[in-house]
Amino acid sequence: MEGWPRFLLAGDFGLLVEFGDKIDPEINKRVREIFITLEKFPIDGITEAVPTYRSILIFYDPLKTSPDQLQQKILALEKRSREVTIPPPETIEIPVVYGGDFGPDLGFVAEHNGLNQEEVIEIHTSGIYLIYMLGFTPGFPFLGGLSERLFTPRLKTPRDVVPAGSVGIANNQTGIYPIDSPGGWQLIGRTPIKLYDPKRENPILLKAGNYLRFKRITGAEYEEILQRS
Amino acid sequence: MEMFEVLQPGLYTTIQDQGRFGYLQFGIPPCGVVDAFAYRISNLLVGNEGDEAVLEATVLGPVLNVLEDGVIAITGGDLSPCLNDASLPMWESVPVKRGDKLSFKGPKKGCRAYLAVGGGIDVPPIMGSRSTYVAGKIGGIEGRPLAKGDRILKGKRYGTLGKRVPPELIPLYSSNPTLRVILGPQDDYFSEGIETFLNSEFKVSSKADRMGYRLEGPVISHKDGVDKSIISEPSVPGGIQVPPDGQPIILLIEQTVGGYTKIATVISTDLPKVSQAKPGDKIRFEKVSLQVAHEVYRQKEQLFQEIEDSISGA
Repeated sequence: MEGWPRFLLAGDFGLLVEFGDKIDPEINKRVREIFITLEKFPIDGITEAVPTYRSILIFYDPLKTSPDQLQQKILALEKRSREVTIPPPETIEIPVVYGGDFGPDLGFVAEHNGLNQEEVIEIHTSGIYLIYMLGFTPGFPFLGGLSERLFTPRLKTPRDVVPAGSVGIANNQTGIYPIDSPGGWQLIGRTPIKLYDPKRENPILLKAGNYLRFKRITGAEYEEILQRS
Repeated sequence: MEMFEVLQPGLYTTIQDQGRFGYLQFGIPPCGVVDAFAYRISNLLVGNEGDEAVLEATVLGPVLNVLEDGVIAITGGDLSPCLNDASLPMWESVPVKRGDKLSFKGPKKGCRAYLAVGGGIDVPPIMGSRSTYVAGKIGGIEGRPLAKGDRILKGKRYGTLGKRVPPELIPLYSSNPTLRVILGPQDDYFSEGIETFLNSEFKVSSKADRMGYRLEGPVISHKDGVDKSIISEPSVPGGIQVPPDGQPIILLIEQTVGGYTKIATVISTDLPKVSQAKPGDKIRFEKVSLQVAHEVYRQKEQLFQEIEDSISGA
């Protein structure tokens, strides 16, 4: 894309490489491609790289490299990324019990959008959601792709504790709370899957650049999955 | 082996090491010590490898019962450390005996003290680090600050006695520090706001912790007509966020993402000055170039090397 990437200093050990200025699946795809290429061909002096909605944040060791050097190497890497086979993104299925005690705001979301609860579930489970970025709490996914028919404002007063696994909607976003935390999203269901488990070999289940679907399950299936994990 | 029993936890005491790196892409912030310079020296003094876990005490330190003979060193802010009611020297390694009582009488200078012990504080590493991350409930002891009755373990090594930092090399923790910054990454959202930012004094508010320091001062205005927020992106320690109310927040090491514009970023060498500032302290900002920041970084590493040579030569 013309004029991109853009390189911005983030202090004396951070460099922000921006690939666009919008929330856009194509821009995020480019971020994923460069990030994977960077994992394959590490650049000397880079200590950590973080993919975001539309940029990659790079941390570097100032004794080993400089933003000028990094800029040249990243531009070269960008060319190289076109020759590298990038594996297609994966799609992970998240089982959810909708409504009831697990989704106390399902009724409000339905009413707000002139739908019945079944229709909300139907629309929510038929979408495919791009995981743009993780952050806020460990493994919290910033998802794109929520149907306009479900857009609902945040709660007027946030809850002090939203239980881990809660699935919610806030304006044009939908997401899952990985840990118990305060929160103002409208809760429509809950998953028994742990997005974050520090004792697991891969503590974080999701990865930026991949996709996610929601699948409706019953309370009994919820218990069964919980027992198994 | 058991080294300390916590009689009183203090205001906010956590187990920290240099930090948990490589997991920001999963939403896990680095954590670790806020004053990395004082931390590194504390480990040097007791003869540790350098990346061992220590205690980070905040304003009011803990009261600890010593359960085992060992070597400790306290660096960072002066919170008036005492051993059995006698004042304990800082920036040097000292012996402690089983039955001793270690306490802190209150802040004299700075805000955070580091207590290293020969052999290092022994808790299981999680994702490559022993650092406590309270919101993620990992690291340290059960992922939380110390509590009364906790028992703190240490590694086998005894430690090195009689090591001290030459007084002229001990950092001075000013209560009105000037922090050097590099403008950006979103300085183009501001015009006169940058002048306000660089020419004013800002007071540290009571909302100052390991996540960030909220400052109070003249309103830093955004350019007319620009968005005051950006597409959320990961935070860099030292990033200075300006929310729509124009009151800056210095982000620290327990942040993951933010959606506000960042006018500037504190250079890494000056992050310890932030960590040692207390509510009520006055902060000013000075713009430097990246070249100057990197030169200052090299000088700091040289100073650290000088201290290391002086300690190991003593």
